[in-house]
Amino acid sequence: MELAFIIEKFILITVIFSVSLGVAAYSTLAERKIAGYLQDRVGPSRAGWGGMFQPLADGLKMFFKEEIIPAESSKALFILGPSLALLTACIGSAVIPWGQDVLIADRLVSLQVTDINVGILYIFGVVSLGVYGIMIGGWASNNKFSLMGAVRAASQSISYEIPMGLSIIALLLATNTLSMKEIAEQQHGANWNILYQPLGFLIFLVCSFAETNRTPFDLPECETELVGGYHTEYSGFKMGAFMFAEYLNMFLASAVMSTLYFGGYNYPGMDWVNEMTGPTIGPLIGMGVLFLKIFVFIFFFMWVRWTVPRFRYDQLMNLGWKILIPLAIANIVITGVVITFVDKL
Amino acid sequence: MSISLFYFVAFLSIFFALLVIFAKNPVHSVLYLIVTFFTFTIHYILLNAQFLAIVNFIVYMGAIMVLFLFVLMLLNLNESQGTSKSAIVKMIGVIAGMCLVITLVGSLKALHVSDPLVLQTQDLGLVKNLGKVLFSKFLLPFEVSSLLLLSAMVGAVLLAKKDIKQA
Repeated sequence: MELAFIIEKFILITVIFSVSLGVAAYSTLAERKIAGYLQDRVGPSRAGWGGMFQPLADGLKMFFKEEIIPAESSKALFILGPSLALLTACIGSAVIPWGQDVLIADRLVSLQVTDINVGILYIFGVVSLGVYGIMIGGWASNNKFSLMGAVRAASQSISYEIPMGLSIIALLLATNTLSMKEIAEQQHGANWNILYQPLGFLIFLVCSFAETNRTPFDLPECETELVGGYHTEYSGFKMGAFMFAEYLNMFLASAVMSTLYFGGYNYPGMDWVNEMTGPTIGPLIGMGVLFLKIFVFIFFFMWVRWTVPRFRYDQLMNLGWKILIPLAIANIVITGVVITFVDKL
Repeated sequence: MSISLFYFVAFLSIFFALLVIFAKNPVHSVLYLIVTFFTFTIHYILLNAQFLAIVNFIVYMGAIMVLFLFVLMLLNLNESQGTSKSAIVKMIGVIAGMCLVITLVGSLKALHVSDPLVLQTQDLGLVKNLGKVLFSKFLLPFEVSSLLLLSAMVGAVLLAKKDIKQA
């Protein structure tokens, strides 16, 4: 029994790992294709049919490029930076419920690696840890532009964690649980949290953009001011690790937003579909729906990147501290008052 | 199993805490301190206090240490700047260290091992029970400490505010 449990979890982790790496790899292609579409170009189209093998070609290129470590840098930390960025991007997906329990070979398999009862806080912790990779890498490069990028990343991450946490508090008031699994179960059918927390979702969305360092909040790598930001000195696969971590974070942020606010694996009419298709296929369809939602969010991330220009640094701080935090606090108060009155009735 | 795991993690805590002191470079010091806090998180998880573990993780590792690192990176201290101390400072350091050692040895002599504390409920550290206890049994200390944090925040804002008369 114990061994079967370990094997089951091991397979699940391997599958989630390879799927998220695959999604991240093809996000790089999707980004360039969408950029091409938005700018009336074709985008990469030479490697394979419609550029299908472009991520593989890019990966090979990254591997074969020369790895340069600056002479005046601290070498251990220079390598630790991108490794840490990649690690923190990978471990967040452990608490996301990818679907309802699936019946495989007379065994009810949970499609969630672990259901700790502080699931949301775990994701929050992993997100707050993500900035260390950028900070350590930027500092170890011993380059003033890298250092500026690292310092910007730190202040931006701390500033936007506060409204993010506050918007989650309002969500917790509405759902009464910290467990991702229970939050997903509560949104059965079309009873999604976005209906109860529209403002909270908006704040969470903006903060996700800031935490994943995506445009319009990509000031840590602002090339017009800082050459290349925190990864100015990086080349080859270490540079690729930073880039890959960004796409992995985007995938994780999309999965978290889909689960917290857009019902996760739930969709209208899911009971009927589950009855028709049985306990094996039904939950897998739910998982497909979750991935569809994730892809829509990833598209949204890219759409915004090629539409909205980058913020100036003071605008970024003003938005975070003077607009988002008061809005998030107001959201908590409104949610609390409404819940009190609804309970009274 | 559990006891040996505890001793291993405790060893790691002390080891990295010592590295914090012995590291020459202040940024390395802070990084070792982060690892030390991470071992504390493991201790909390071993005690089945998941909420405390994750809060320690978010607040200390994720927020406070980022600020420490931020400030140190901005100052960008060199190794040569930190080590030049006068003889008087070194003497004072030795005396203070000796006083600490004497106090520690004295307290170790007076130490007697208390009975092992047995938890009535294993789930005491889970977030639901912790919240219930905080808002019923320990309501007054909880509210007072929140007032303390609020006053600290007001003080920080006051210090950071530009002087209106000078402007």
